[in-house]
Amino acid sequence: MKMPYSDKVIEYFKNPKNVGEMENPDGKAKEGSPACGDMVSLHIKVNDETKKIEDIKFMSYGCASNIATGSIITEMAKGKTIDEAKEITWEDAAEELGGLPKIKAHCSVLAVEALREAIRDYEERHGFAEEQEPTTVDVVRKRLRHVMNPLTGLDVVKTDLITDIDMENGTVIVTVDLPADHQFAAAIKEDVKEKIEPRWDIDKVNVTFTQKQT
Amino acid sequence: MNDIIYLDNAASTKTDDKVLEAMKPYFLDTYAVATSEFAYSMGIEAREALNKARHVLADSLTASDEEIIFTSGSAESSNLALKGAARANEGKHIVISSIEDFPVLHSAKTLEQQGFDVTRVDVDQDGFVDMAQLKAAIRDDTVLASIQYANQEIGTVQDIEAIGDICKDRGVLFHTDATHAYTRMPLDVTKISVDLITLSGHTIHGPKGIGALYIRDGTAIDKLMDGGFQEFNKRGGMENIPGAIGFAKAVELITPEENQRLRKMRDSLIEKILAEVPDAVLNGSRERRLPQNANITFHRVEGESITLHLDMKGIAVSTGSACFSRSLEASHVILGIGGNHERAHGSVRFTFGRYNTRDEIDRVVHSVAEVVEKLREISPLKGE
Repeated sequence: MKMPYSDKVIEYFKNPKNVGEMENPDGKAKEGSPACGDMVSLHIKVNDETKKIEDIKFMSYGCASNIATGSIITEMAKGKTIDEAKEITWEDAAEELGGLPKIKAHCSVLAVEALREAIRDYEERHGFAEEQEPTTVDVVRKRLRHVMNPLTGLDVVKTDLITDIDMENGTVIVTVDLPADHQFAAAIKEDVKEKIEPRWDIDKVNVTFTQKQT
Repeated sequence: MNDIIYLDNAASTKTDDKVLEAMKPYFLDTYAVATSEFAYSMGIEAREALNKARHVLADSLTASDEEIIFTSGSAESSNLALKGAARANEGKHIVISSIEDFPVLHSAKTLEQQGFDVTRVDVDQDGFVDMAQLKAAIRDDTVLASIQYANQEIGTVQDIEAIGDICKDRGVLFHTDATHAYTRMPLDVTKISVDLITLSGHTIHGPKGIGALYIRDGTAIDKLMDGGFQEFNKRGGMENIPGAIGFAKAVELITPEENQRLRKMRDSLIEKILAEVPDAVLNGSRERRLPQNANITFHRVEGESITLHLDMKGIAVSTGSACFSRSLEASHVILGIGGNHERAHGSVRFTFGRYNTRDEIDRVVHSVAEVVEKLREISPLKGE
């Protein structure tokens, strides 16, 4: 039988590991992408002494790559310290799964973000979080590293798709090097807004496209 | 893969053996093209065969033979209808519905970029075009209105008779994309004021790569494909004679009994799924829908995950989920009927064809119920 995914993705899709929720998680997160509609929730139990993730559960309202990534990432994070777990990237998860289609990058990156958010939630609740950082162009660029470029499966910053980031009185203007009627323009725009708009000191995000309509 | 249950007949169908048999001699024996009719007898045979095929299509619409031209498929037909008519006639404005299939949607967009105004008329929650809005949308400089006969995803059948009357009344050309309705729903050009109709072969167990455009006598359209003088000088390029023969055969093989059989299977599937799977809703009209189409949203689960699980159980269906689309955008049809992303996310389309049987339905319903339940168990969204 021919499948659009690797055997390992299919295996995890069919039999996802660490599915569920916890009664009293030490950290939790729910990440969703309005562009593709997928959603992932993730709960962690952390040992306060060792800072190791002792238990981890996820749930997915998403496609096969979303479910498989959620499953693999919980396995990868279990037993690691929170600092080690923060370093897990989408690329690591994809590699562990034997590869993912590039176009699926942004459905599967949600699980990685959910893990980082759950850790941040744990840190905040336990007073380990750093002070709220004001949003700067650098912070925006860092956040945009979580927006995937469906053309390449890499993030939009690494692939030089973001040509300009401008900030003025709580409004961020992000310029994307694509025509406005590009196949992925709408999806990227929604993802960019989703990553920046929730920040505490940002009111509005404008996404502009540089190239002329084809 | 013999026991696969194929329920994606709107995407494409299995070519009927009889169609293939009818086409074969035009690959192996009469392989000349019709333009060679004055050179040798095989050319005459090819011309006669092409004319016969054309007559079958014309007859099916109560049209005359000269009003049918063969194309490479429904995309080409709709491109020719919209761009050809827009360029050949006076005016700067066209009207379409918001849930048209891509050939119409994107042809209109291209025309828009070339200076035409385009009005996209909304549809109601069942997918019916808002008639008042349609009437109001027509302007003095409107060239053409393009409203599909039936929808590719949710199967809603438009009242093209009423739409045709509105267009005629206002002196505007009317094109309808009948890709999914042709031969499955009545279509008679003596009863409906329609000027251009898109038709396709591969959706009715004919071959891929053949379609047709009905062009009412006297309707001006610009040629898009330059070549020779084929197809009444409206479409250049060598005629696809085996394709035309196959298309005509496919048209002849459709019977009212078959359409009734499809309708019964559709109704049975809809009733059983809605009865057995909680939190499932039908998309599109319950009454005025294509006999071969069912489209159901399963709340709190994602469509690609459903289709993949069903594929592993040997069942082929399609979804309007953004994860499934090449642009990562949710189905414009489900969004068009006022659905949110979530409604598109879990939508599954089941489309029947000649080779489906009633026995398959229970297996499909059972599998769908099982898959949806399994996926809901891992979904972070909870029911009421």
